[in-house]
Amino acid sequence: MSREAILEGIRRGLRRGPLPVDQQDMLRTRMARPPRHLIPARSRIPHAEQIALFMRNLEKEFATVQRLADANDIPGAVAEYLASQNLPPAFAMAPHPELQALPWDSRPMLRPEARRGAPTDQASLTHGFAGIAETGTLMLPSTPTRPTTLNLLPDTAMVLLRTSRIVGAYEEAWDLLRAENQDGRTAGFMPRNVMLVTGPSRSADIEQTLELGAHGPRRLHVFLLDDAG
Amino acid sequence: MQIHSPEFKQRATAALVDPGLQKALGRAKQGFQVKRAAAVAALPEFEALREIGREIKNHTLANLDFYLEEFAGRVEKAGGHVHWCSTADEARAAVLKICQAAGARTVTKGKSMISEELGVNEHLEKHGITPVETDLGEYILQIRDEGPSHIIAPAFHLNREDWEETFRRVHTDLPADRVFHERRDIMAEARTRLREKFLAADVGITGANFLIAETGSSVIVTNEGNGDLTQTLPRVHIALASIEKMVPTLEDATSLLRLLARSATGQDFSVYTTFSTGTRREAELDGPQEYHVVLLDGGRSNMLGTEYQDMLRCIRCAACMNHCPVYGAVGGHSYGWVYPGPMGAVLTPTLIGVEKAGHLPNASTFCGRCESVCPVKIPLPKMMRHWRDREFERHLSPATTRSALGLWAWLAQRPELYRAATGLAMGAIRLMGRKRGSFKSLPLAGGWTAGRDLPVPQGGSFMAQYAKSKRR
Repeated sequence: MSREAILEGIRRGLRRGPLPVDQQDMLRTRMARPPRHLIPARSRIPHAEQIALFMRNLEKEFATVQRLADANDIPGAVAEYLASQNLPPAFAMAPHPELQALPWDSRPMLRPEARRGAPTDQASLTHGFAGIAETGTLMLPSTPTRPTTLNLLPDTAMVLLRTSRIVGAYEEAWDLLRAENQDGRTAGFMPRNVMLVTGPSRSADIEQTLELGAHGPRRLHVFLLDDAG
Repeated sequence: MQIHSPEFKQRATAALVDPGLQKALGRAKQGFQVKRAAAVAALPEFEALREIGREIKNHTLANLDFYLEEFAGRVEKAGGHVHWCSTADEARAAVLKICQAAGARTVTKGKSMISEELGVNEHLEKHGITPVETDLGEYILQIRDEGPSHIIAPAFHLNREDWEETFRRVHTDLPADRVFHERRDIMAEARTRLREKFLAADVGITGANFLIAETGSSVIVTNEGNGDLTQTLPRVHIALASIEKMVPTLEDATSLLRLLARSATGQDFSVYTTFSTGTRREAELDGPQEYHVVLLDGGRSNMLGTEYQDMLRCIRCAACMNHCPVYGAVGGHSYGWVYPGPMGAVLTPTLIGVEKAGHLPNASTFCGRCESVCPVKIPLPKMMRHWRDREFERHLSPATTRSALGLWAWLAQRPELYRAATGLAMGAIRLMGRKRGSFKSLPLAGGWTAGRDLPVPQGGSFMAQYAKSKRR
């Protein structure tokens, strides 16, 4: 069995047998309560400043962001954004209860379709789980109401994020996931897929020169809904 | 991948006079070095993080057997399978078996250096399965039937003209006189081509930047999004990873991720950092039905407990080659196998043998820039020196080198004689070159004077000057 051969090879190199049980327990504790390493000072700031840092970093990474005070304004903002990019009013939307509860009727021209992503989609709207101020990164885990394909296939990805979901560092976003997400299969917190997305898709493979829109979305637009006091 | 490392000298000689390649290599400074320096300067904690990165990897390696088993247990729990492979042959066979069981005809691929190491593409083709590289750089290399020349920018050696010429040659259904106004037009053409392939593929193969024991996840880091499409759309996802990709927890991976993109492309964070854990869950609308991790040893466990163990800390950022004067002069293909630059000069001899790769650790000026930019502080020059020692011990270095070194050692052990002999030689050279100031050729120094003039020595020898200053 190669499994045994590999493990034996490792132990031979390390000049020891299998780890003693007490050491294994120590390492299991380290995994169950992961030690937190150094977190850069740039994100250890008051929440209002974290929101501002998040927005600055989003724009630095070629995303666009729009702050809204009222959830009822979102359909209008979506309609205007799509029109401003010359995109049709039909778009794929994550079947997330919070998105579905928005007053889409207020904009009868809009046609949100709650489903997974399709290869011909021009635009999508998804629900951001968390925003990470440190680098302007969105945490997008996969669940039945958050299909991964919506983050990848459309040309234009729109994301709704509440300001209360903005944290400073990646570690704090993992904390949220650990606290809030339950995976039925593993009895753990880790969903099948977690994407940390920082700006629209890009490549510098041609002459080390950055171009946007490689295989994923060419545009990333964030609607930031104020709900943090 | 075929091994051409023994031909390093011939390949390097040709590379030095290849104008296209030299033009491409000239982009290393603006393309990589300047960007990295800016990203590092913007994060005051970077140096402290390097030390943390080093410790995380050392801790993992010291407990690698334990963490691999924990990882494998969690992958199985999430509905995936781990295939333990001691050798490249076993790993190739495992990949083929999964593809055949899936009835695969086409397989899409994200960029993976392990795949290059294994030669997955050739193996699949031999068995009637079509692999399609989807990373923009890998896509053009597959068309051109070339290997990558860089571990994060595989087509680093190509210029825009090469891209245009290649695409015109193979995308023959498009108008031959179409104009590529911008680089993005070239990219858009590849994007359209590859969209169809993503949708038609039965299996998607990616690499892995990290494996996480805590959650049983494999992690990929990309900018294009091709890796994500590769692992999300087909029914089956295979992640290829070597055993040293292991880290214990999400926190550990996160700290290393703060180092990775900054060291590699000079970005604060790559666009897509994605954690995959098992197969599609109940009621999910997308994601693969099968998830396999092909876990390769391939010579890594042999490095543990040796002077090369530190090399297993490598997170494949490419900072060492981006800052290497030798890589910058001869390019990645000169190194003749999968891994070029300083990390390749250390790793390649461990994986394919020093008798084949002995030139690589010799192709270094020991300037030390590689070590100074390494995010996990791998002492690369020291390890190259170990390889030179090994080569000498095993009588693999050329006879002239050996006898010259032998003569030098004999002299150096006799200081009086050494000073007399060198003093005499310097005097003679000075006398001979008195008028010219430098030599265009010199007996026994043809290797030096073939490429540049040798200046005539000035002043006394080091020992003479030292004695003089002591007297003062």
